[in-house]
Amino acid sequence: MVLCLSAVCLVCSAVLGVAYAVTAEPIAQAQVAKTNASIAKVLPPFEGDAVPGSVKLGDVEYDYYKVEGTGYAVISAANGFSGPVTVMVGIDCSGIIHNTEVLSQSETPGLGAKCQTDENFINQFKGWDPASKTLAVRKDGGDVDAITASTITSRAYALAVSNAVEVYRTIVADEGGQDNE
Amino acid sequence: MSKLSLITKGFVKDNPTFSLVLGMCPTLATTTSAMNGLEMGLATMFVLILSNIVISLVAPVVPDKVRIPVYIVIIATFVTVLQLLMQAYVPAVYETLGLFIPLIVVNCIVLGRAEAFANKNSVVDSALDGLGIGIGFTMSLTVIGIVREILGSGSVFGWKFIAGDGILAFVMAPGAFLVLGYLMVLFNKFLAKK
Repeated sequence: MVLCLSAVCLVCSAVLGVAYAVTAEPIAQAQVAKTNASIAKVLPPFEGDAVPGSVKLGDVEYDYYKVEGTGYAVISAANGFSGPVTVMVGIDCSGIIHNTEVLSQSETPGLGAKCQTDENFINQFKGWDPASKTLAVRKDGGDVDAITASTITSRAYALAVSNAVEVYRTIVADEGGQDNE
Repeated sequence: MSKLSLITKGFVKDNPTFSLVLGMCPTLATTTSAMNGLEMGLATMFVLILSNIVISLVAPVVPDKVRIPVYIVIIATFVTVLQLLMQAYVPAVYETLGLFIPLIVVNCIVLGRAEAFANKNSVVDSALDGLGIGIGFTMSLTVIGIVREILGSGSVFGWKFIAGDGILAFVMAPGAFLVLGYLMVLFNKFLAKK
């Protein structure tokens, strides 16, 4: 009885080991491809590589990708209606948002989930200048048009983008400091 | 029982969703669109066929007392392999189904077929049984997905035929129960033999 169960477990773990070894490489590639596709979407067309980095702002660690001479793609998350809404925000060298993309969200289908598909909502962030327009929904006194019936999701999205802009400013300030040294 | 009827019994007579009423959790949760239902059905079918084959092979040597743990370990292995494969080669599909792929382990259909069929039948018969039940499950999920997608999003397989939203409730959980209930009524009225 014990022998049988052990033997089965042994064989199964061997199978899993093999499966893991075989798929580890393609999984890593798929993830890199996905990240690269997102970066290409949120930043203007660029040549060369996106260099990953991270910066601490308050208690939160933000990941970003830097493309020399083009701008930064910052990953930022904020709590929506049913979990974090993770957004990648592309900001060009002049501090203007080029585009944004949702990396993951678990909002209500047909309501908050529209932050991924509603073009009116997504397109308003293209070419957004954070210096002149406030990144908050109109209900909170900002300039973001919320998705109908999904204010909480829209608020999270605006907050995530706004945090990304903060991160961008921190990165630029840090790098400016280094250059002066 | 002929080989053909081994497969076809999963379509109507032993249809896992409408007739046996097994595996309700993935049925309700993943059928938000026709495509999701179809993908979930195919993923379950993959596990079902392979676990049926292996379990029918090992069943004669497994002592009765530990048979359930052994079956679960075997099923879990195939599910994890499937999960890794999907992550590697169809990451987009993996992302939509996400949590429900690992949950195939505890899908009653898979363990149910192992316990009710695979452990006392030949390898070939068990494989065919897995195929038949798998097709039945896939068809049911796809049909529920089609109905929910038409009513909830106004589209079929992602192809939109009305502008706007449709009846949102059908994309959410209450709609899943409603559609499943009414389809089960229709199924039992017109297809199931008394």
